[in-house]
Amino acid sequence: MMKFRALLVAIAGLGAALATSATITASAQETPARGGVLSFVVGSKIPSYDGHRETTFGMIHPIRPFYSTLLRVNPNNPQSPTDIICDLCEGKPVTTNGGKTITFKIKSNVLFHDGTPLTSADVKATLDKIMFPPEGIPSSRKAWYTQVASVDAPNATTLHVQLKRPLSAMIPALASPFNFTYSKKDLDEHGYNWHKKNINGTGAFKFVQHQPGAFVEGARFDKFHVKGLPYLDGYKAISAPKMSVRLQAIRGNRAAIEFRGFPPKARDDLVKALGKKIKVQESNWNCLMGATPNQKLKRFQDKRVRQALTLAFDRWGGSRYLSKIALVKTVGGVTFPGHPLEGSKRWLQSLNGYAKDVRASRARAKKLLQDAGHPNLKVTLWNRAVDQPYKVVGTWYIDQWRKIGAKADQKVLPSGPWYAGLRKTRDFDVAVDFNCQTVINPTIDVSKWIKGAGNNYSNHTDQKVTDLYLDMLNEADSKKQYQKLRAYEKYILSDQVHYMTSFWWYKINPHRSYVKGWKIAPSHYLNQSLDQVWLDPKLQ
Amino acid sequence: MYKYTIKRIFLMIPTLIGAAILVFGLLRLIPGDVCALRMAGEGSFVDETAIEQCRINLGITRPIWEQFLSFVWGFATFDLGDSMWTSRAITEEIGLRFELSLQIAVMATLVSIIISIPMGTISAIKQNTWIDYIVRTFSIAGIALPSFWLGILIILGLLISTQAWLGEAWMPPIEYVDPWKDPLGNLSQLIWPALATGYRYSAVATRMTRSALLEVLREDYVRTARAKGLLEKVIINRHALKNAMLPVVTVIGIEFAFLMGGLVVTEQVFNLNGLGKLFVESVTNHDYSLTQALVMLVAFIFVVTNFVVDIFYAWLDPRIRYS
Repeated sequence: MMKFRALLVAIAGLGAALATSATITASAQETPARGGVLSFVVGSKIPSYDGHRETTFGMIHPIRPFYSTLLRVNPNNPQSPTDIICDLCEGKPVTTNGGKTITFKIKSNVLFHDGTPLTSADVKATLDKIMFPPEGIPSSRKAWYTQVASVDAPNATTLHVQLKRPLSAMIPALASPFNFTYSKKDLDEHGYNWHKKNINGTGAFKFVQHQPGAFVEGARFDKFHVKGLPYLDGYKAISAPKMSVRLQAIRGNRAAIEFRGFPPKARDDLVKALGKKIKVQESNWNCLMGATPNQKLKRFQDKRVRQALTLAFDRWGGSRYLSKIALVKTVGGVTFPGHPLEGSKRWLQSLNGYAKDVRASRARAKKLLQDAGHPNLKVTLWNRAVDQPYKVVGTWYIDQWRKIGAKADQKVLPSGPWYAGLRKTRDFDVAVDFNCQTVINPTIDVSKWIKGAGNNYSNHTDQKVTDLYLDMLNEADSKKQYQKLRAYEKYILSDQVHYMTSFWWYKINPHRSYVKGWKIAPSHYLNQSLDQVWLDPKLQ
Repeated sequence: MYKYTIKRIFLMIPTLIGAAILVFGLLRLIPGDVCALRMAGEGSFVDETAIEQCRINLGITRPIWEQFLSFVWGFATFDLGDSMWTSRAITEEIGLRFELSLQIAVMATLVSIIISIPMGTISAIKQNTWIDYIVRTFSIAGIALPSFWLGILIILGLLISTQAWLGEAWMPPIEYVDPWKDPLGNLSQLIWPALATGYRYSAVATRMTRSALLEVLREDYVRTARAKGLLEKVIINRHALKNAMLPVVTVIGIEFAFLMGGLVVTEQVFNLNGLGKLFVESVTNHDYSLTQALVMLVAFIFVVTNFVVDIFYAWLDPRIRYS
């Protein structure tokens, strides 16, 4: 079985490699044109410019092009969930000391926009701020780096990251698009809050202006550390919170692209209206949609009730229809589809609620509810007042639960009260819940369900989840880690149903055909440095 | 007139204090907090200590009474503080958007006055004729159509018609065009929201002008004027219209104040970075400090507008100032 799976993986890998080389060949035939200003629309707001404390794409899309990171996903192959390359370093990171030391050779030709040369001391100061922030300085992803013992910069071009124990998740964690590299001089002179309102990076573009609520403007940095890049003269990131405006902006050519994603209907409308002037890129999205039963409430403490709720879902059928109207598509487990750590489709179908025979599943669900003493279970879905995909998918959940005799309805709330219910009052029945991450890093991404995790809203007190998780996380052997991830997945999704997955989100980016060099990544946070993007004058 | 003005100014103070207490209390009743929304709102991993640190930094872990006192003190000393979402000074956040909102409000008011007063007058003079019916249908349609919906129709109409006629779809700019740098560009951007809101606004004013004028035209002094042999034009313009303007001025004043902060949806439809859009964002973000400041600003604008209307009343009607 494993051999067959390995063969499938090899074939898929070969296919992907061929597809990638085909793409590279196709783009190699075109000579990128220099010049032009890329206008794009952003549907969220900028809280501050400091990547280390922020978590929103509203900041990443307009601000990321001003900065470089130590590592990044390969902009020529962003679809690969494992292709991570150097940005400020050279070659590949070297792991020694039994996997406990990662050494990076830092580029020596990098300049900050203020003219200061970058050295490993700047990278160290940055990583220290992210991993070991002083009291009073928020660092949103600090917990990813709890296994880092220290960061050392023995000379100007060498950087060591010392780990407490070997951790395969560290390289993707270091490639977070939020890990903007700051100048040590700025941190020393201005303090750790300076970057909230000021920008001095080493990215392909330098800051020109920001009109809050309106736009951010960047201009080409001529001394960018990658020769010949960027192609654009500059860019303008225009704030447009309403989706209809973003859509019309592309149609009316006020913007060339929106990097987060549109629902299928919007894509179809644009293609219908503009034909060849629109190009569409699509991808699985590193956001998992699901539902969380609240185990603070007695009726959801019975695992038979939770199992019944997950057994009600016709995931395979739902995917066919919902993918036409919502930005969801792929049925999957807890691991991003296509990642080497993902469970096979056959494995998935062995879990409660993933079998193709929906009738049998629902008959089992009814029996479970009967046995649990809740033949007409009352369940109110705690949903978020955002159309895509929450309201659409939430309505589908209700329909599915009604099919097993549950009296299901939903309460739709604005984001603030919705989060307050999840995090503060914790008085919902079952909540629409999602897990949206940046760099694909399954062993960290699945930490959402461990007991006491800040974004675990199930209120379970099951220590076994944490034990299974840590066992998997600390496993150095990739084959064993794969098996341990399956045990963790089965326990959460099928045995205990601490979470019910439905679909992975599906990213659809229609854009003006003249935008070239940008490749869709499996996350709206990734591949946003814009250094490879160019505008085709023949199509403008 | 002097006494009357002073009295109106003093009446503004309790109104503003009441608004301050109300907005502070109501905002705290809405569940949710700005830090959870800002840092965990997109479902990605976030360290819980970072969220807690954010709360401490913003001061929302302090006792309510302490927060209230600092809000009132800040308001009294004209220090509105920083936005909880962007950490920028609130005066800067508001200042950036004020010009745009003011311009739309002025343009929409002009559109409204240009449409409503002549139409309302004609409708009253030609009561129960086909002209009156057309004007009434036009004004009822204006009340019935929400301005944001009209805005969406305008944008779609522009996109579809320009694509059909010119081969490339055109829509108004989605970022603010400075009127001093590019007046035509500015006009091409703001004329559409001004028309969309001005139309609805004019519908109310047209109906008000018509009914007020009809009432005045039945007054004894109008009959006397006609008996004296005055020209109909003079009777309407000098005697009837001026007196009929009292309720119309009230409506125009209130609508103008509303436009300054109330173009919530229309500004979003046209992607205008004005006070209405800022208002929506501050409420959805649970940005208490900014919402409080904006409510106080709108309350202030309403109070000042009412004051101006009252003064205008007194100027129009000597009975008010002498009483």
